[in-house]
Order: sequence, then structure tokens, then C-alpha cells
Amino acid sequence: MPSLGADMEAGTLVEWLKHPGDRVKRGDIVAVVDTQKGAIEIEVFEDGVVDRTVVEPGQKVPVGTVLAVIRPDGAAGASLVHDDERARISPLARKVASELGVDLASVTGTGPHGAVTREDVERAAGRRRGVASAPPPSADRATAMRDAIAAAMTRSKREIPHYYLSTTIDMHAALAWLTAENAARPVGDRILPAALLIKATATALVAVPELNGYWIDGAFRTGTGIHVGVAIALRNGGLVAPALHDANRLTIPDLMRQLQDLVTRARSGSLKSSDVSDATITVTNLGDQGVDATFGIIYPPQVALVGFGRIAARPAVVDGKVDARPLVTATLSGDHRASDGHRGGLLLTAIARHLQQPETL
Amino acid sequence: MTSDEIRTAAVDVLGRIAPEIAARPLDAHADLRDELDLDSMDFLRFVLALHERFGIEVPESDYPQLATLDRVVAYLAARCRPEPSSTH
Repeated sequence: MPSLGADMEAGTLVEWLKHPGDRVKRGDIVAVVDTQKGAIEIEVFEDGVVDRTVVEPGQKVPVGTVLAVIRPDGAAGASLVHDDERARISPLARKVASELGVDLASVTGTGPHGAVTREDVERAAGRRRGVASAPPPSADRATAMRDAIAAAMTRSKREIPHYYLSTTIDMHAALAWLTAENAARPVGDRILPAALLIKATATALVAVPELNGYWIDGAFRTGTGIHVGVAIALRNGGLVAPALHDANRLTIPDLMRQLQDLVTRARSGSLKSSDVSDATITVTNLGDQGVDATFGIIYPPQVALVGFGRIAARPAVVDGKVDARPLVTATLSGDHRASDGHRGGLLLTAIARHLQQPETL
Repeated sequence: MTSDEIRTAAVDVLGRIAPEIAARPLDAHADLRDELDLDSMDFLRFVLALHERFGIEVPESDYPQLATLDRVVAYLAARCRPEPSSTH
């Protein structure tokens, strides 16, 4: 049972998507596990053949429990049952389909790579019955997610001595670049300011590595990459922060595509284990909903959280004159055990500097 | 495509992004982003879905014209081709 976030202690195996004899390769989704944050698709990290499954569907086991045994590839005669159809249906969609009595084979997927999402299933159910309403998620699910957030945030506030910094960034150059870029792009390829903010943060972290990583067992461990957790509010309440891996190395269009994919999958309940297990910092963009600034609570064992408020025209002094400029307030919540305010300040300054040269991001 | 048909299709598109639209009446004059709690990613999906459903390009500079359901309907009615392309 993999750890899908620091706050996870146990998970319930929902179903096996691969079975003894099936060949698997790194990245394949082999199982679905139910956690407090919803159903997560579990990826395998080794190539090989499933020898046997140890945990049965329905069993709740602690993190670290062996779920299945995979033997190295090369064993001839293993039966190959590649069930690709199933792999492209989100766990939530499958659950909703069984509740609504929808035949999944009849549903057209609109998710990433044609994946069938919960919305697709509900639409199919609605068409059949002439009803368009979506059933509310179970109260249990909402309560479990609330509990998970409560546990992680309580631990954070109890253990992490937060310090908070803020700076105002002129977004004129970044937005001008974005407007010109988007004018030439079809609607499906347009880039949101959030992609620039995330890329600027990831790039800035290269120079301030002590804010990128984990505080574990009384010591700081630098992240093996810059994996930016993106706080995504779910429509029915709750929050997840899946990661954009190696965000500093992604081009802006690639980052935007991955961000879009992550938001879509987070909201349709089809996140994968690699999405949720290893963010090294979190970025929250609450400003999208209208607040000026957000001072976040660090998601343990991470040591920093960067927040962006609303980008809005405000008075600023430019070349000695007051002018209306698109400004954004960037904030940093830092873990004082791992870094000092001076270094945190350097991160915010670097983010601001990168946003003045969007073409270099 | 009549104005009513456009309205129905636009509400359907919105319903895929904000399913709760089916549960309560939508104020056609209210700001969609506020009314349906759409963030910028939701709004981008909405514009993309309009593009797929109605076969029109909506430049970013036109986004303010899509602020309310009434304005969306007016915007689409002015640009809709007689035989709009389907999503599927």
C-alpha cells in the first residue's frame, strides 16, 4: 500500500485491474485504492509479471503493506490479459456507472486520452432516463476528505513554525506576453496566467533549494526534483494538491497541458498514485476566486507553500509616475526549521524577476 | 438555430462543467463565474466546449462578452452558423 500523501495511514483496495499472470510495465495502473481523498489509481514501478495478489478487494490495510508480488519479466507462458478498456475508465466513473446501472461499453469518454469520466457516465444515464441531474457525492466521502484535511492541517500548525512573507509583483510584462501568445493559439491551446506563475515559482526554486523538499525525522531532505503540488478546489468541497513533476523543466505550453489534465482528473476523481505522492512544494492560486492574497498552511512534510492572489489593476509607481498596473500579491509560507526569512525572501524576489521576462520561462 | 435552442445548448455545456446548474434555476443576468463558481480553468473549458459545440472561435478579447447567460446567447446567436457542428 503506497503512501499517497503524508496524511495517509491506510487505504482500502477497491479492485485489481491486473491479475496473476498479467504482464505489467512501469506506469501501468494495476489497482484502485480508496483513500480519504477519494479513489486513486495505483501505478506499478517495476516491469514484470503479476505473480500473485496478496490483498483482496475490500480489505483495508496500513501504508507499507505488500499488495501484490511481481516477478521479473521473462517468465514465458504468462497469460496476457490487457484490459485497456477498463484502464481508461476512472474509478469514480465505474462506481457511478454501477450505481446508475449504466453499461460502460456504451459510454463515450471525453476525459484525457478518451477516458470515461463520471460526467460522461452521468450524461449517459441522463440521456437514457431523460434526467440531467447529477447525484450528490456521498456524505461519507465529503466527511472523510474533511477529516484528512483536518488531520494534515492540524499536524502542520502543531509541528511547523511557519513564517510568512509577501511581495507585490507587476504582471504587465507577463500578461502582455500571454495575450500575444494566446491570440495566435486555438482555444484548446490557450495558456492561463496560473501556468506562468507555477513555472516562475519552479524556476525560482532552483536557486533556493532549501524550500523544495521535506522535513522528515528532524532534518531537511532536498527534493529529488521540483514537483509542484497544485492546490485544486473540488466542486463539491474539499481540496487536493497533485503534483506537476519537474515543473522547472516543462515548457509553458507543456506545463499548461499537464495542469489542465491534472485539474480535469482531480475533479473527475481519476488521480493516479504518482500524482499525489511526491509534491515537494505547494502552489495555491486562490486569487482566481477573487482574494487579494493567501497565506497558506504548509502541507507536511513539505517546507514551503507559495500563494498567489488575484491579478488586478491597481495603482503602482512606474518611472516616477502613478499608473494602473496589473499587480499580484505573492506570498510564501515557510517552515522556519528548514529555512530563514532571508532565503524565503530570495525566492519571492526570484519569482518576481522571472515574471518580468516571461519569454525566458 | 433559434435563440431558445442556443440557450438550451449553452446551459447544457455549462452543466458539464458545473453539474449543480441542473438543480436550481440560473439567473440569466448574473455573472456566470460568480453564479456557478467557475475558476479560470472552468471558464477555459466552457469556451472550448462552445467552440466544439457551435464551431466558433472565441478570442480572449471577447471573454467579457460571455459574462452572463443572456450575453452568451446573444454572442452565439450573432455568430452561429446555420448548421452548427456537433460535439461528437
